[in-house]
Amino acid sequence: MSHAENPASAAVAAEVTSTDPASTTTMRPRVHKVDGMSRGQNILRYVVLFIGALLFLFPFYYMVIGSLQTEPDSTVAGAFPNPGNLTVENYADINGRINLLQGLANSGIFAGGVILCTVVFGVLVGYALAQLEWRGRGVTFALVLLVQVVPFQLLMIPLYVMIARDYGLADNYLGMILPFAINSTAVLIFRQYFLQVPKALFDAARIDGAGELKILWSIAIPLVRPALLTVVLLTFIGPWNEFLWPFLITKEASLQPLAVSLANYLTNVAATAANPFGAILAGACVLAAPAVVLFILFQRHFVSSDIGSGVKG
Amino acid sequence: MATTVSPESVTPGSAARPAGSGGRAPRGRRRQWLGRNPLGLVLSAPYLVFVILVFAYPLVFAFYMSFHDYFFAAPGAVVDRPFVGLANFQEVLSDPAVIRSFGNVGIFLLINVPLTVVLSLVLATALNKVVHARTFLRVAFYVPYVTASVAVVGVWIFLFSGNGLVNQILGPLAPDPAWLINEQWAMPTIAIFVTWKGLGFFILLYLAALQNVSEELYEAAATDGAGKIRMFFSITVPGVRSATVLVLLLATVTGANLFTEPYLLTGGGGPNGASSSPVLLMYQRGIEQGAPDIAAAIGVILVIGVLILAFIQRKLAGGDES
Repeated sequence: MSHAENPASAAVAAEVTSTDPASTTTMRPRVHKVDGMSRGQNILRYVVLFIGALLFLFPFYYMVIGSLQTEPDSTVAGAFPNPGNLTVENYADINGRINLLQGLANSGIFAGGVILCTVVFGVLVGYALAQLEWRGRGVTFALVLLVQVVPFQLLMIPLYVMIARDYGLADNYLGMILPFAINSTAVLIFRQYFLQVPKALFDAARIDGAGELKILWSIAIPLVRPALLTVVLLTFIGPWNEFLWPFLITKEASLQPLAVSLANYLTNVAATAANPFGAILAGACVLAAPAVVLFILFQRHFVSSDIGSGVKG
Repeated sequence: MATTVSPESVTPGSAARPAGSGGRAPRGRRRQWLGRNPLGLVLSAPYLVFVILVFAYPLVFAFYMSFHDYFFAAPGAVVDRPFVGLANFQEVLSDPAVIRSFGNVGIFLLINVPLTVVLSLVLATALNKVVHARTFLRVAFYVPYVTASVAVVGVWIFLFSGNGLVNQILGPLAPDPAWLINEQWAMPTIAIFVTWKGLGFFILLYLAALQNVSEELYEAAATDGAGKIRMFFSITVPGVRSATVLVLLLATVTGANLFTEPYLLTGGGGPNGASSSPVLLMYQRGIEQGAPDIAAAIGVILVIGVLILAFIQRKLAGGDES
């Protein structure tokens, strides 16, 4: 899982890490040694991994199958598609109870706002921490780490009092987005990327007379473009899947992200539907699909070393 | 923050000049005070404002609340919120429901943390050497991590219900009452759900750590005739120790933050509070019952508990005992 597996970031890594032996990512290609391992052990490895993978994927398969069943069938036979028991009625049913499109749009606005703040703050602060020397840099870095460590749940009650009661931002996109705007992971990933850029590159630009903002815009930002997608994808998962905070702050159904409206349906209304499980699973498919599809399309960009640097600092 | 934008920040090399040379002493002093690139502060300023607004202030506010008789009042109303010392903490600690919720987190951690560490390390080690079907296997293990809890909770309720698929397969071995409404099984089921859901992320962390374990160690051990199992325990496990400390910490924090699962899977911490969690109680006490001071006190105790656990784990897993 080194950068070598990811062509885009490998290119940048090759450009920028060659002078930095202390960098966490090694460019040494990893040779898979098979000689130390018998054929039997190798087959066993694949058997274990595939059984594990099927166990991990089964609930997703079951979610899709369940969402298409006319009558909920919890027998073993029900785990296989039965042409006589297939329908898309459940999707129409859940859409009648909670507005799926509105929910998706709300989730999208929430996630988009968080991503925008995260990327802008991440690039600016990451660059300032990695490449500039200024008073307060140490304190800022310590704060970034502290934000990472203190659990959101401790802040939940005071944030609710402030945002919902004092600022009157309940049932408001801004109120949803605000607590998630400061994402330390993004700052740390960008900082890690900027650290890999040799200082000499920026010094050369300064000697050529480039202004600091010009250096940031024309040199630094293009260099971290590969990290951008990783950060956007990583950040997207958070707000898209978040339940607790938007649940606290939105009471109005037309403003609730899909995760919240589906959960409310699950706890309150489900009992009255003709096929509650089918409807719930249909909603679950709609909620899960965007994140899963994005992840599968861009899974190469979930590079472990980037994420590791983001978590470890 | 306008004062920090100094025109000379664009002229390189002036910082290298001795500060006292020529008539530029005031500028030089300002530069010394703000550092070589005051732009850094300008770039960080918006972030810092946000940190104060949605992190530092609420953090202080949480501690303030837990020591005062705090209640919801109309916005703008001036009300007296007297200092009550440790009264909130006393009330919290003498509440059997709160004690039970902390015990539940203990059960959760006892199941979730060892399972997470062992499974993610073993699977990461196996995945690390995989050549075929690499993408499929990685995606399979990561997908639960990228999916919303709310979505997969629906499937788990279906799977683990009284006549759900799991019980159909188990037949006479199925617990009665079913998993999520069974006092003994509710919390373990949640722990297994969370392990399944989060494992992909921890596999990712271990895969990153495994890249830093030197291949030469394995070669040397193979020359000395060490078997695969021996190598795993003598090279891999110590080699990824720093990642293990991190995984332990993150798994503990996840356990302490449990909310969505007890709220949705077991219908609000049921049966009989057997699966309630401190955060669920914070929500119920603080927002449903309008006692934010009590909720803040639970939060403070929770964070202190996490810090103590993290300290113990660091001593045990990251110590110098090797």
